[in-house]
Amino acid sequence: MEWLRLEQWSPYIVGVGIGILSWLSFVLSDHPLGCSTAFVRTSGMIEKLFRGKKVEEKPYYRQFSPTITWEWMLVIGIIIGAFISAKLSGQFQFNWVPPKWEVTVGDTVFIRWLAALIGGIILGFGARWAGGCTSGHGISGMLQLAVSSWLAAICFFIGGIATTMLIFRVVLS
Amino acid sequence: MLEAIHSKKWLQLCLGLLIGIAFGFLLQKGGVTRYDVIIGQLLLQDFTVVKIMLSAVITGMIGVYLLKSVKVARLHLKSGSFGQNVIGGLIFGVGFGLLGYCPGTVAGAAGQGALDAIFGGIVGMLIGAGLFAAAFPKLQKRILKIGYFGELSLPQLLKVNAWLVIIVVCALIIVLLFALEKAGL
Repeated sequence: MEWLRLEQWSPYIVGVGIGILSWLSFVLSDHPLGCSTAFVRTSGMIEKLFRGKKVEEKPYYRQFSPTITWEWMLVIGIIIGAFISAKLSGQFQFNWVPPKWEVTVGDTVFIRWLAALIGGIILGFGARWAGGCTSGHGISGMLQLAVSSWLAAICFFIGGIATTMLIFRVVLS
Repeated sequence: MLEAIHSKKWLQLCLGLLIGIAFGFLLQKGGVTRYDVIIGQLLLQDFTVVKIMLSAVITGMIGVYLLKSVKVARLHLKSGSFGQNVIGGLIFGVGFGLLGYCPGTVAGAAGQGALDAIFGGIVGMLIGAGLFAAAFPKLQKRILKIGYFGELSLPQLLKVNAWLVIIVVCALIIVLLFALEKAGL
C-alpha cells in the first residue's frame, strides 16, 4: 500500500479517479459533484442562529434551504479525505502563508489572511452568481456538455488568469 | 432499485460523505489543494489543474453518457444565461486568483492544515455566499436573466448527436494534453 503514502500522484490518474467518482455520484445519488451550494447553506444556517426562522423566507434560501444536504456532506468529506491523504504522506502541517506567497509577497500572516478573506468573499459571491464552481460547472457540468458550465468554466479561468497575472506580473514586479 | 437508494435520506448523506472523502483524497494526492499549484496554473506555469480537470471530464463524460443510454443515470444540466455565467464566472475568477483556491480545493486545503484556507478562504466564502443570498432578489430582476438560454447542452445547441460532440471533445482534449506534455508544461 506504499502508493497511498506517495506525496503526489499523476494528474491523469487523479483525473480519471474523479471521473469515476462522478459515475458513482450520478448512479448512486442522482447528483453531480459540486461544492458551492454547501457554503451558501452554511451561511444561511449561521444567519438562522442569529435571526431565527425568518431567514428561511429569503427568496434565495427558498431555493437552497439552509439545511444539511448531500452536497454539504460532500464538502465535509473533502476536508476529511484531504486530511487522510496528507497524514499518510506526512504533508499535514498547520501553515498560514503558502510558500509561493511568502517568496513574492512576504511572510506577514495578516496580509495573507486579509487577501484570502477578500478573495474568499469574492469567490463565494461569484460562485453563487455563476451558479456553480470549478467542481459543479468545471467538472460535472462540462462532462455533461452543459452550455452554461462551459461558459462559466472558461470565464473562471479568464478571470483567474487575469487577476493572478495582474498581482504577480504587474503589482509585485 | 436505484430510486429506492436515492430516496433514503440517511443513506444519501452517508454516500455524500464517502464520495467526498474519496474526492478530497484525490484532490490532495493531485496536489491541487496547494496554493502554489493553483497559482502556478493561473500563471500558466504548471498545468496540473487543467490536466486533472480535463482527464476527469473525458472519463466522466464517456461514462455518464453510457450510463444514461442504459438508463441508470440521468443528466442534471444547470440552466444558464450570459448574465449569470459570464459575469458570475469572471467575478469567481477574481476571487480564485486572489485566494488561490476554489470552493472544493479550499476545503481540501483546510484538511491539510492551511490556516489561510480555513480563516481566510472558508470564512470569506461564507460571507460572500450570504451577501449573494441578500442581493439575489435585485440581481435576479436585473442581471441574471440577461441572455437566458436555460438547460441547454452543446449537442442541443449544435443540433447534432451527443456522441459526435463527445468524440470531438475527447479528441480535442487529448490533443491539448499531448501538446502540454510535449511542451514540458
